[in-house]
Amino acid sequence: MELLLQQVLAGLANGAIYALMALAVVMIYQAIDHLNFAQGEMATFSTFIAWQVITWGQPYWLAFAIAVTVSFLGGIVIDRILFRPIHNAPILGQLVAFIALFSILNSVDGEIWNFTIKTFPTPFGREPLFGLRLISTHEAGMIGITAVILGLLYLFFRGSRLGLAMRAAAANPDSARLVGIRVGWMIALGWGMSAAIGAVGGMLIAPVVFLEPNMMLGVLLYGFTGAVLGGLSSPGGAVAGGFAVGVIENLAGTFIPYFGRDLKLTIALVLITAVLLVRPSGVFGRTVVSRV
Amino acid sequence: MTMPSREATEPLGTARRAAAISRPGARYISIGAAIAVALVLPSVATNFVIFQLTLVMVYGLAILGLNLLTGFNGQFSLGHSAFYGIGAYTTAILMDKIDLAYYWTLPCSGAVCFLVGVVFGLPALRLQGLYLALASFALAAALPQILKFQPLEPLTGGVQGIVLIKPDAPAGLPLNPDQWLYYFTLAVLLVMLAGAANLVNSRTGRALMAIRDHPIAAAAMGINTALYKTLTFGLSALYTGIAGTLGAIAVQFVAPDSFTFFLSISFLVGLVIGGVASIPGCLVGGLFVLYVPNLAERVSTGLAGAIYGCIMLLVIFVMPSGAAGLVRFARTFATARPAR
Repeated sequence: MELLLQQVLAGLANGAIYALMALAVVMIYQAIDHLNFAQGEMATFSTFIAWQVITWGQPYWLAFAIAVTVSFLGGIVIDRILFRPIHNAPILGQLVAFIALFSILNSVDGEIWNFTIKTFPTPFGREPLFGLRLISTHEAGMIGITAVILGLLYLFFRGSRLGLAMRAAAANPDSARLVGIRVGWMIALGWGMSAAIGAVGGMLIAPVVFLEPNMMLGVLLYGFTGAVLGGLSSPGGAVAGGFAVGVIENLAGTFIPYFGRDLKLTIALVLITAVLLVRPSGVFGRTVVSRV
Repeated sequence: MTMPSREATEPLGTARRAAAISRPGARYISIGAAIAVALVLPSVATNFVIFQLTLVMVYGLAILGLNLLTGFNGQFSLGHSAFYGIGAYTTAILMDKIDLAYYWTLPCSGAVCFLVGVVFGLPALRLQGLYLALASFALAAALPQILKFQPLEPLTGGVQGIVLIKPDAPAGLPLNPDQWLYYFTLAVLLVMLAGAANLVNSRTGRALMAIRDHPIAAAAMGINTALYKTLTFGLSALYTGIAGTLGAIAVQFVAPDSFTFFLSISFLVGLVIGGVASIPGCLVGGLFVLYVPNLAERVSTGLAGAIYGCIMLLVIFVMPSGAAGLVRFARTFATARPAR
């Protein structure tokens, strides 16, 4: 029983990161109807920036703030110079652009910071929380920070004019433009927020998976799985999906001999395919019906 | 998402292809010249260059497989490294475990990849556009782990992979193994190219393109979209799998980390460079995928990805129909001038 509880809690901790990645993916999906395959590499890049600042001797939270800010601005820049000009291009063109971004960032990471594995510090320490064997302080910190971010985002989108404008721009760009919302900038803002959320996810998972240019490939796959499970049209669903995927991953790793531990990415593959087959819009998503 | 119709065809420049098809004479002459050059090359090049050219053909074939799916049928895959890997591993296991001759592994791995492709293609019927890209992305990410999976190690060799023996030329032919492998690959490539060209110009090919251009209209005209999409996925996997087979024989080695998501990126780059929905373009893509990383690594190791990415963006922004589109443009330009 204790093992089960322990694994569920550890799953929730990893799930928090998958939830952040899923949320970041969904924010861009809502704005431009595309999956950001470069989300993981963007997060890795941000994490490297934080690592660099810490290596220069600055305190953790300053590095954290710098990385988030740079990511936010970087996301906006990527949208304005890369994706805005091709927003009417065919699907293949946009897909290729995402893959190109993936490739460039991955390569630049390796070029600047090389491919050796680096340790990334955690501000929470690694002791057991409250002296119990259930969960470490870093895992609790992952869940805590994710909860804070989700709360802030909820307040932002429900309570502020800007949040409302962003929702309007995503839900119905034409009508939003008619009432004076600058849809292009709302999309850019979505990109910035998505990049910033991804950066937080990257910095929180880096102490667990170790920092190297390819560290986010698996994490992003789980993020996608969470987003698909919860529904790409539902931010709340994507977050729930991310947590669920974390728990599923950990339980499978503990209780299914061999398969669970060594074939973690295959679990994601099976989950994605199964969800898309059974309920393509996800558990919480809307089914989109379009007029021919 | 709801209207893939017009915009999906836009970069393919299918309208301009009419000009190319209408002059079969010139077309056959250029094909004949290309084959003649390909036949003569091994007698003038060094063994290393011959080996590289063999790999160019291998990558070209893999890109052709992806092109059948993406260029002609409008389905997106980021998982073709997986099919390439499955083809390579099928060959390696057959050659290593039961001593099957390398040429017999071709139909075997073709069949295996076709089946895997069809099975994976079945969900693809419900997964449109990006969802298929996502599912195949998961496949590409998961394959190396499956190949390293411990219980399968007696078969796959685990992390170490499998080392193969390079086949000799049949007795009596005055060729060294590299030259023989080059001709063998060339023969397979020509058969596959001819097959693809015939397929695309047939009734089936028109059905594939109709599904790409307007799935709903295609279905309304009586095309069995489900059947064609599944078969295309299988066929595309077969092409890429056979490329994997030839690649494994040429490199004489397979290991899980040769078949990662980055290989899928390479194929996608090759596809975009060569030209979407262009059959000869795949060879340009193959040349690019083999030689550009080599050149990039002379500048700095690990820079290949950045160059890939920048060139992909460049193509998307200024040359959306790839090398094939450039040739078409030049040809229309050249033929249009004197008429005026």
